[in-house]
Amino acid sequence: MLQYAFKRALSLCLSLCLASVVIFAVVEIAPGDPASFMLGINAQPDTIAALRAELGLDQGKFVRYLEWTGGMLRGDFGTSYTYRSPITDMVVERMWVSLPLALYALALSTLIAFPVGLYAASKRGAPSDFAVMGVTQLGIAIPNFWFAMILVVIFAIKLRWFSAGGFAGWDDGLFIGLKSLTLPAISLALPQASILSRVMRSALIETLSEDYIRTARAKGVSRTAVLWRHALRNAMIPVLTIIGLQFSFLMAGAIIIEQVFFLPGLGRLVFQAITQRDLIVVESVVMLLVFAVISVNFFIDLTYAAVDPRLRHGS
Amino acid sequence: MMKYRSLIAGACLSLIVLIAAAFSFAWIPYDITQLSIPDKLQTPNWNHWLGTDHFGRDILSMIMVGARTSLAVALLAVGIGMGIGVPLGLAAAAGRGAFIDEVIMRTNDLIFAFPSLVIAILITALFGAGAMNAIVAIGVFNIPVFARVSRGAALSLWQKEFILAARVSGKSKLRISAEHILPNLTNLLIVQGTIQFSLGILAEAGLSYVGLGAQPPTPSWGRMLADAQTMVSFAPHLALIPGSAIILTVLGLNLMGDGLRDALDPKLRKSRQ
Amino acid sequence: MIKSKKYIAATAIAFATVACTGFAASSDITVAMQLEPPHLDPTSAAAGAIDSVLYSNVFEGLTRFASDGAIVAGLAKSWDISQDGTEYTFHLRSGVQFHDGTRMDAEDVKFSLDRARAEDSTNAQKALFSGIADVAVVDSTTVKITLDKPNGSFLFNMAWGDAVIVAAESIEDIKTNPVGTGAFIFQNWVQGDRIELARNDNYWGSAPALESATFKFISDPTAAFAAVMAQDVDVFTSFPAPENLPQFEADPRFQVLEGSTEGETILSTNNKMPPLDNVKVRKAIAHAIDRQAIIDGAMFGYGTPIGTHFAPHHPDYVDLTSNSQHDPELAKKLLAEAGFPNGFETTLKLPPPSYARRGGEIIASQLRAVGIQAEISNLEWAQWLEQVFRGNDYGLTIVSHTEPMDIGIYARPDYYFQYDNPEFQSLITDLNATTDTEMRSEMLKKAQNIISKDYVNGYLFELAFTTVADAKVRGLWKNAPTQATDLTGVSWSD
Repeated sequence: MLQYAFKRALSLCLSLCLASVVIFAVVEIAPGDPASFMLGINAQPDTIAALRAELGLDQGKFVRYLEWTGGMLRGDFGTSYTYRSPITDMVVERMWVSLPLALYALALSTLIAFPVGLYAASKRGAPSDFAVMGVTQLGIAIPNFWFAMILVVIFAIKLRWFSAGGFAGWDDGLFIGLKSLTLPAISLALPQASILSRVMRSALIETLSEDYIRTARAKGVSRTAVLWRHALRNAMIPVLTIIGLQFSFLMAGAIIIEQVFFLPGLGRLVFQAITQRDLIVVESVVMLLVFAVISVNFFIDLTYAAVDPRLRHGS
Repeated sequence: MMKYRSLIAGACLSLIVLIAAAFSFAWIPYDITQLSIPDKLQTPNWNHWLGTDHFGRDILSMIMVGARTSLAVALLAVGIGMGIGVPLGLAAAAGRGAFIDEVIMRTNDLIFAFPSLVIAILITALFGAGAMNAIVAIGVFNIPVFARVSRGAALSLWQKEFILAARVSGKSKLRISAEHILPNLTNLLIVQGTIQFSLGILAEAGLSYVGLGAQPPTPSWGRMLADAQTMVSFAPHLALIPGSAIILTVLGLNLMGDGLRDALDPKLRKSRQ
Repeated sequence: MIKSKKYIAATAIAFATVACTGFAASSDITVAMQLEPPHLDPTSAAAGAIDSVLYSNVFEGLTRFASDGAIVAGLAKSWDISQDGTEYTFHLRSGVQFHDGTRMDAEDVKFSLDRARAEDSTNAQKALFSGIADVAVVDSTTVKITLDKPNGSFLFNMAWGDAVIVAAESIEDIKTNPVGTGAFIFQNWVQGDRIELARNDNYWGSAPALESATFKFISDPTAAFAAVMAQDVDVFTSFPAPENLPQFEADPRFQVLEGSTEGETILSTNNKMPPLDNVKVRKAIAHAIDRQAIIDGAMFGYGTPIGTHFAPHHPDYVDLTSNSQHDPELAKKLLAEAGFPNGFETTLKLPPPSYARRGGEIIASQLRAVGIQAEISNLEWAQWLEQVFRGNDYGLTIVSHTEPMDIGIYARPDYYFQYDNPEFQSLITDLNATTDTEMRSEMLKKAQNIISKDYVNGYLFELAFTTVADAKVRGLWKNAPTQATDLTGVSWSD
């Protein structure tokens, strides 16, 4: 087990190194200079040079790569070119929007998907199952930004139940904060809930056809009881895996939704940084997202391996 | 017949879109490169069945030509994914457990770890918006999907007797992969291809929506939505029509993908009955 | 430290909210705009968004722009100009304090100007200070500035947001904590969302009616529309979607202010790139363009047609639109004469604003009608600056030149238009040396004529400045002589 963990940890480090090289290379070869962007069209060449020196852009690429990665190892993600504030602080601040939004959307999606999946599985083959599954197909097919547009028109402009966007902050209480995240969370949750319902349904149906379930049924346990007591527990593994995947998707995938609702989240930070050529912010935030996914995968692998020794050898 | 209902429904929807796209090469109601500002923002009427946009262009014609863009971008992105991913997956399976397998699968994991939407936006924003870059940005993230799927299926095929027979007869791993493994993956690849195709259409719409897809005057559904967004409150058809086009296409492809999987995969079909 | 500051700000807001519900008449305002400042130092970035928030609210200069574009006294209450026009003696207001309580005096003026013109200065408009030979402190409220030659626009230059007075004591943190002399004090900045200001009770001038102001940043035009409609914001300056303005005008809850900007929106042309180096080709392009269709299609009717690079509300403006009437047949004839009977291909590179993106689609279609194939590529600002503005790698582009009185750029052969006309250059040199108003006016008119007749660029329209506000808000600037949202005179009508 230790040997396996060591091997996986080594591959984790290698992956991170590779990722940092790829990210740095992709971002750095891109055309566009942050200094000339900031100084605009009337700037004189010597002013641009002065600003480049101030930002440390006059150093070689290799030196800057080493400084960037070295800083990250010490937990310092550098200083934003345009905002001139530490990226770590900026990311933490944006996390207070992105993380609750992702959790909110995930909670909504799970709350919808569980009953829907259970219902469809219990009515398998019936017209109501067919209808519910049809709706989930529609849910998957709807682009979430389009859905967001429609939600804004109906609930913010026509009915005025919610504000059209922006984030109220957590200072005025949980309710106010959550309210401003509701429409974005719904638009993010719709396709996720649809996917999750379908996974839930097929996982339930799969376990229902297992022998021990048939035995339980033969013993006279009611269909509903079987569903609740036995099938649900066993169907949780694929469902939880999907939830895990959806969470990491939601952290970064909210980029367009954050744009539609002008939420000051992580996605919009990256988007803004891209257009302003705030390269260091782009690099650091993408690196952070990659790091999060890779390390989550690492721990999942370790847990699986601890549970199932076969996984330690080969695939 | 009921068994194939989602396949049939999906195929019908997809066919409508395909026909509209193909038909647009031969004829469209109005020339969409010709703007006519005085005719702008008409609701659906006899002359313009789906109305006109903010430049006075015929929306039906835009949707038909836009279908072409969406399908082409998604199809080519699937092509990139399959063309590179499948050989990689086959190679990994052939060299199971060896260095090559490890390298390919770790690289796969690495690509999976990148936030795809953010990277797609990054690529197109940094290297210029346009259909070509959108295809590459979407295609890159199709590679690990196909690599993983084909490796998984190929691994189990390598255990099959007919493959062992081929090995005994002295065929090289490369030949076996090409002659025996690949043909047996066709069904699986068609199903996965359909799914990635529909995801590609959504991704293209998203990229065009943020202005990073096909450039004007080439119409694209996502950009039609982006153009419409400030006018939704007084001309809702501008957003509803392209939105419906995207939804119906993706819905059709997904239904078809599910139907195909049920029809082509006997194990799943059995478990469903 | 940061945390506690935020906490205080938050309590202040909570308190303000409570106070507001108590007395129906509002004393706070939420102003929305599209772009967020990258940082808060107006003296080291070109971003107009910085001025839009801070100009005249937080920072003030020796002189300032009034809402009608006139230059009026700022921190300097008066000034004397020497006979030869090279010595400016500014008399500062006494008793002016920075927000941190330190005194504003002649040393601060010297510090600010010397900083802006220093070798390692990162001032985006460094040219404004280039004529300054020396800044001398006479006494605590008197500064003498010596120029190397007379400059008719020196007082105008000193009114820019890039020339505001800052203090050595607070310069270190200016980018995140701006300390100025204005009527409002910077409170808090939630990056990506809003900036909050509070009234400065020690202000030297008349106290503003508002107690606090919040600037909110909403870049997405749909979100902008929704935010105004839902009354999440009280004012939206420079509203990004002209197509929504009729709805606001029809709604009694709102008022729409339509004013002028200094933004000449032009089809910039690379005068050195064949075949655009041929004046007949450029003339053909000018006649192929239908300005009204562009104003209607891209701006939904908001904008004034122009025929040269000059603001129509300026007294010296000449209407030269007749030089380039919409006439596709003439355009085709000119193209044939120039040797392109079947047209040609060129590039049309468009920056992000909707006037450019929409206008570009319309222009491409109009050019196609006379046989010119303009291949559109949409660029971001960073790419545009690199490729078009600095790289000169373009055929055509659309951009609004928002700097006031900038016809002088046509005298720079290295400018991205690549327009090199010695006659025009000597005219501008003469103009800069001329102080007589009448002669200047004649010369400006002549300059407008030259560039119009040379068809240097396609002249489209003057950008309108459109503000949507709650119907009860009073005292907003209607025009935009410079990028600013001056709140000192803003109040609620009930």
